[in-house]
Amino acid sequence: MADGSGFSPAPAAAKDVLFGFTLAQLLAFGLMVAFVVISPFILYPVFLMNVLCFALFACAFNLLIGYLGLLSFGHAAFFGMGGYICGHLAKVLGLPPELAIIAGGLVAAALGAGMGWLAIRRTGIYFAMVTLALAQMVYFFCLQAPFTHGEDGIQSIPRGKLLGFFDLSNDFTLYWLVAGIFLAGFLMIHRIVHSPFGQVMKAIRENEPRAISLGYRADDYKLIAFILSAGLAGVAGATKSIVFGIATLNDVHWNMSGEVVLMTLLGGLGTVFGPVVGAAVIITMQNYLAEFGAWVTVMQGGIFVICVLAFRRGIIGEIANFLRVRL
Amino acid sequence: MVLGLVNGAFYALLSLGLAVIFGMLNVVNFSHGALFMMGAFVAWMLLNWLGIGYWWALLLSPLIVGTFGVLLERLMISRLYKLGHLYGMLLTFGLGLIIEGVFRNEFGSSGLPYSPPPEFRALTVDFGFMILPGYRAWVVLASLIVCLATWVVIEKTRLGSYLRAATERAELVQAFGINVPRMITLTYGGGVALAAFAGVLAAPIYSVNPNMGSNFIITVFAVVVIGGMGSILGSVVTGFALGMIEGFARVVYPEASATVVFVIMAVVLLTRPAGLFGRA
Amino acid sequence: MENFDRRTILAALAAAPAIGTVMTTRSARAQAANTIKIGVLNDQSGLYRDLSGPGSTQCVRQAIVDSGITARGITVEVLQADHQNRPDVGSTVARQWIDRDGVDIIVDVPSSGVALAVNTLVRERDKVYLNSGAATSDLTGSACAPTTIHWTYDTWMLAQSTGGAMVRAGGSSWFFITADYAFGHALERDTGAFVRSQGGSIIGSVRTPFPGTTDFSSFLQQARRSGAKVIALANAGGDTSNSIKQAAEFRITRGGTKLAGLLVFVTDVHALGLATAQGLVLSETFYWDLNERTRTFTQRVNLPDGMKPSMVQAGCYSSVLHYLKAVADMGVPAAKASGAAAVARMKAMPTDDDCFGAGSIRSDGRKLHPCYLFEVKTPEESKGAWDYYKLLGTTPADQAFRPLAEGGCSLPA
Repeated sequence: MADGSGFSPAPAAAKDVLFGFTLAQLLAFGLMVAFVVISPFILYPVFLMNVLCFALFACAFNLLIGYLGLLSFGHAAFFGMGGYICGHLAKVLGLPPELAIIAGGLVAAALGAGMGWLAIRRTGIYFAMVTLALAQMVYFFCLQAPFTHGEDGIQSIPRGKLLGFFDLSNDFTLYWLVAGIFLAGFLMIHRIVHSPFGQVMKAIRENEPRAISLGYRADDYKLIAFILSAGLAGVAGATKSIVFGIATLNDVHWNMSGEVVLMTLLGGLGTVFGPVVGAAVIITMQNYLAEFGAWVTVMQGGIFVICVLAFRRGIIGEIANFLRVRL
Repeated sequence: MVLGLVNGAFYALLSLGLAVIFGMLNVVNFSHGALFMMGAFVAWMLLNWLGIGYWWALLLSPLIVGTFGVLLERLMISRLYKLGHLYGMLLTFGLGLIIEGVFRNEFGSSGLPYSPPPEFRALTVDFGFMILPGYRAWVVLASLIVCLATWVVIEKTRLGSYLRAATERAELVQAFGINVPRMITLTYGGGVALAAFAGVLAAPIYSVNPNMGSNFIITVFAVVVIGGMGSILGSVVTGFALGMIEGFARVVYPEASATVVFVIMAVVLLTRPAGLFGRA
Repeated sequence: MENFDRRTILAALAAAPAIGTVMTTRSARAQAANTIKIGVLNDQSGLYRDLSGPGSTQCVRQAIVDSGITARGITVEVLQADHQNRPDVGSTVARQWIDRDGVDIIVDVPSSGVALAVNTLVRERDKVYLNSGAATSDLTGSACAPTTIHWTYDTWMLAQSTGGAMVRAGGSSWFFITADYAFGHALERDTGAFVRSQGGSIIGSVRTPFPGTTDFSSFLQQARRSGAKVIALANAGGDTSNSIKQAAEFRITRGGTKLAGLLVFVTDVHALGLATAQGLVLSETFYWDLNERTRTFTQRVNLPDGMKPSMVQAGCYSSVLHYLKAVADMGVPAAKASGAAAVARMKAMPTDDDCFGAGSIRSDGRKLHPCYLFEVKTPEESKGAWDYYKLLGTTPADQAFRPLAEGGCSLPA
């Protein structure tokens, strides 16, 4: 992303107010938290949990594309693998949900370390294609490995009891756990981006040779970011498998990788809140347009095209640009 | 192994189209698979709606799909050249989704029948230990001819030299009075026509269904990465070679034949990051 | 009038709207209480669109008409959705249907991953689940539920019919071309067992990578060299069509070798065309041109574009028809109150409809009916559009499906 044309320009007078947030971001964050808290009383909690899982997934993906300029077309591998590991541990070994989710995240991060090690040798489209091909290998693996149960997937994963105490089979209790995981992940990403580490990431995005000449080992930064992003994607996938009680091949398929790109693009690449909004819009579409059948694919393609042609900043990027703030 | 050449022929044609487009436009054409599928479908439509047979379809379908490609390029892709090529990739990904979705709505997904032309029925050779249908030999031959022709056009003709020059320094070539945007458009149309040509070749072998492109395209991407992006010769040679390796793996160890391409890709990336024929 | 003092008049006035409200809510509730909601959940955009998809919905509507249930003052609403073959989408839709829209029964659901996910959910919510589209025999085995009936077919039945019946018809030596994943392995294992039990032998098999195999020619050559009398395709969907198409190209069936599709639907044969598919042997439980009853049904349901119903679509018709009979029998409130009770009533009643004839439902939720072995006609034999099959053999209902004891279903018999 040498040109960075999709990124909203940062207004000069944006001061950090709290925890690395500008005032506008703080307001937006407050709005988001309020929405997260109020919505389950109005909307269907399982649907919302799905949105939150994908929102976290998209945020994790955005860490790479938005702040390093690396477009991964293989993030489904981490999302799906996190789900499989979590589901397997919770169902077969009877691990409590919190440990299973953490384990899912860790395995995904380890997988990310392997894939990242190969992929960061290239940038731009090569990076995208390499991650796509590697993710395809993960897909083949998941199809064959006995513990994933092939195309049936891992079914009826128990929701279990959080910390051995809170019964998660209640949708509301589970909702608060998912909301907590999402907010923690969101803040963690925000923290990473606003740390010195994040500054170097952005420096690499803007001008890699210069960052290297300043003494930063660009490859190390890329790899660490890749691992973090993979781990968080894994946590998102693991959480999703607990919510639905299933972990299946779809989450590893490259369509899923394409979907997360779409979510982030629609919300706004490199914005803090964009991926969340993008995920919400796409998941809502999938759910409420399910009766339109094949036209959903066409609509998704259409959104892709419209976003790229007319609307590159994405929803949040456009709003931010209109209000002249950074979101 | 010989049979692997057939798949190799498709890999070569598709990756050649991708390479030509990438070399000129700097766009990874993610809708390549969808356009390949469209080529096969147009052949089917020509036969069933207009009664136009295989041989004319082989000519007409690439023309029709190529024209469609030209329209796409003019209306959409051309707006993106000033942006990073990731946007081009995302745009074509979206276009691919739309094309596939529309065909799925129109024709369902279980596929449509398309028979090989009767001329080949007599040509099938029976070696006893194996049968080589004449049509397959034709596919390999046709693909070789087209690849060679493309290579000659690009490397040996005046037009090709303009093309190559424009790839390096578009402004300079423009200054010599050559209409570079039109050349770019035609190149995209040409690359798309190659995909459609492969689609028509494939129609009698594989079932003509909306998903036929996405089955191929990921392998083709790996082929392109192995061969080196933008290298015409590289993509053709790698395409055929990988088809053969895959065919060989089918006989020796069938379980691995789908992954072998990706393993090779990983090895190539580790040792020659720019691809076998690419310049770093 | 003197007897009416002001207070009574006021009270009456005050009560009037209240009575009105009570009455309207009652009638609204009565209406809701007299409404059955059916959710048709299947693939409207992917691989299974043609064999289930919108056609299934149309068959469900036909079942409502044929049941004559509206004449009894019962309304039936039909909802449909595309699960995109994604278990998460499928289970979200099913959850919302049940929790929010008050759907009472979910029908069809092809694609075994989605089918099993919905199975768990419907069991939890005590609704009714009539699966017609999915192949997995787990639905009446390890995953069986008191709320589930698996209607049309399953992998065990396909394996037995094609495997057993073909050996009896002289196909003694077999070669398997198996898609290399759990589903393909299961089909190969089950079919192989029947082949052996009937005295046939398996002389070879090859595993084809899944997904991503588009060229089956070298596998087919291998099969041909083995000299097997039957080449069995233990795969599904696009793999099956590609391998059949290429088998025709390599003239596999010319030398007397039979090609057996272990999971092929009439819509696949239609897609391939007779020139390509001729000679293929396969098993189904319904064929539109089987007898007078199936033909009148096909005419009645009248699918668009001259399409004929597949066995999955026929299963949707048959299952909903039987469900509505049970509802008429036990009353809407009781049927809505408990899915398990409704299914129990369905199991207690014998089934009879135009698609599958007379049959019954076993305690593990397995619908029993005969299974047919067909051979695809040559273009010369075919007398017109959709005249595709000739009947080779019939397995009676009591032998067509896996015996109750072998399934491992924990429900009381």
